Amino acid sequence: MSLAALGAGAPVTSVNFPAKVETGHSFSVPTSGSGPATLYIIGPGGTFARKLQLGETLPFGSDDLHSAGHYIAILDTGGGFLPTQFDVKASAQPAKLSFLAKPSRLPVSLSDGISGVAYVFDVFGNLVSQPQQVLFELSDATGRTQSRAVVSQNGVAWSKMNSATKAGPAHFQASIANVREQRVIQQVPGDPCSIRVKAQPSSGQRISVETDPVRDCNGNPVPDGTIVTFTEEFGGTQTTIDVPLKRGVAKTELPAAKSAVISVATGVVMGNEIHWGGGE
Amino acid sequence: MSGRRALANCLVFPLLASFLFLGAAPPRVHVGSMDSVGPREVEQQTRVAIVRDYLQAWQCMNSALEHNQADSLDACFVGQAKDTLARTIHQQQSLGIQTSYRDHSHDVKVVFYSPEGLSIQLLDDAEYDVDVQQHGRSLGTQHVYSQYVVVLTPTESKWKVRVFQGGNG
Repeated sequence: MSLAALGAGAPVTSVNFPAKVETGHSFSVPTSGSGPATLYIIGPGGTFARKLQLGETLPFGSDDLHSAGHYIAILDTGGGFLPTQFDVKASAQPAKLSFLAKPSRLPVSLSDGISGVAYVFDVFGNLVSQPQQVLFELSDATGRTQSRAVVSQNGVAWSKMNSATKAGPAHFQASIANVREQRVIQQVPGDPCSIRVKAQPSSGQRISVETDPVRDCNGNPVPDGTIVTFTEEFGGTQTTIDVPLKRGVAKTELPAAKSAVISVATGVVMGNEIHWGGGE
Repeated sequence: MSGRRALANCLVFPLLASFLFLGAAPPRVHVGSMDSVGPREVEQQTRVAIVRDYLQAWQCMNSALEHNQADSLDACFVGQAKDTLARTIHQQQSLGIQTSYRDHSHDVKVVFYSPEGLSIQLLDDAEYDVDVQQHGRSLGTQHVYSQYVVVLTPTESKWKVRVFQGGNG
């Protein structure tokens, strides 16, 4: 962008800014005229002043203007002001990804349960508006990887992924060439799929009851602490005991009563029934 | 009353009050449809809040750059945008410069609302004047048209600007 001022009998004063410059690239601004002047560069992204001699070419280094944005340049010749405007664009070279992956913990086998959003920035922290191919990869505990390539728009790309069938940590990565950011997603077992209890006589008038290892529908052990409810009914009375899973199983003791019916449940899953003294 | 007019009224009245208080004419604001932004649907309350808070960010920026007070940024900016503006204020102070940003119009288009609702991106074709003073001497007023790419993130009470980048497009 060029602007010039003519004064009667005075040499033409001009300053020739390019309409657009890119961060991280040096450029130069030719001026014409004579005498000392000050160039002010003003914008929300930064404010600078340069002393110069009119007629010289003003060099700008690759680090001089590093905030992308719209700038006003005002040349103060001492006798007047010569304004112009120009844009500083983000570098087209991505240097950093701001990657948000959600949630950090979720059940296995959830379709589109994981979302990743990546904002693309240049080395100076400016949003890179030019489209970039962002690769999203989710690697689960078995080593299987889902990947999706997404072209960023206005500096942002996003994708959704399915959680794996196998519980454990998954590594969720967003990358552009060798620029990458990784997050860990904890994939936890789903709800119990089924539950089975067995019983045997214990000391005194007691019955020892214990579940088989409780698993979700993909065979993942349900986390310890999950509550299992044992119920015993006999003679019109009912005894209920809530027991947390410990090392994958729940166990407790119940009163030994002839013809008692013992059942087990967890969440919305009902298990088998045992008829004590009368066979299962 | 159409949804857009209702939205415009919700936005205009509180903003109008604040502009009258400041003695400045409110900017003309056009907001594009948010019906198909995606990937997350923009809820009605959010539609109103993001435009209101974004326009307020211009007032925050103007106040901060006009008086060289970085504290004025706290209410409206976070992260990179706040850091950059605070650095600019420091640079202005060292040169004895003050700038006034008077926004005349905004043509706002929301282009992205993240799946988890933690960021929203908009493009704004803004028209504004920048008045530059140095040690009380006017260096002139420039009329500017520029497209801004903006990312807002929710905080406890409002949306704040995290990315504020002019010269887009």
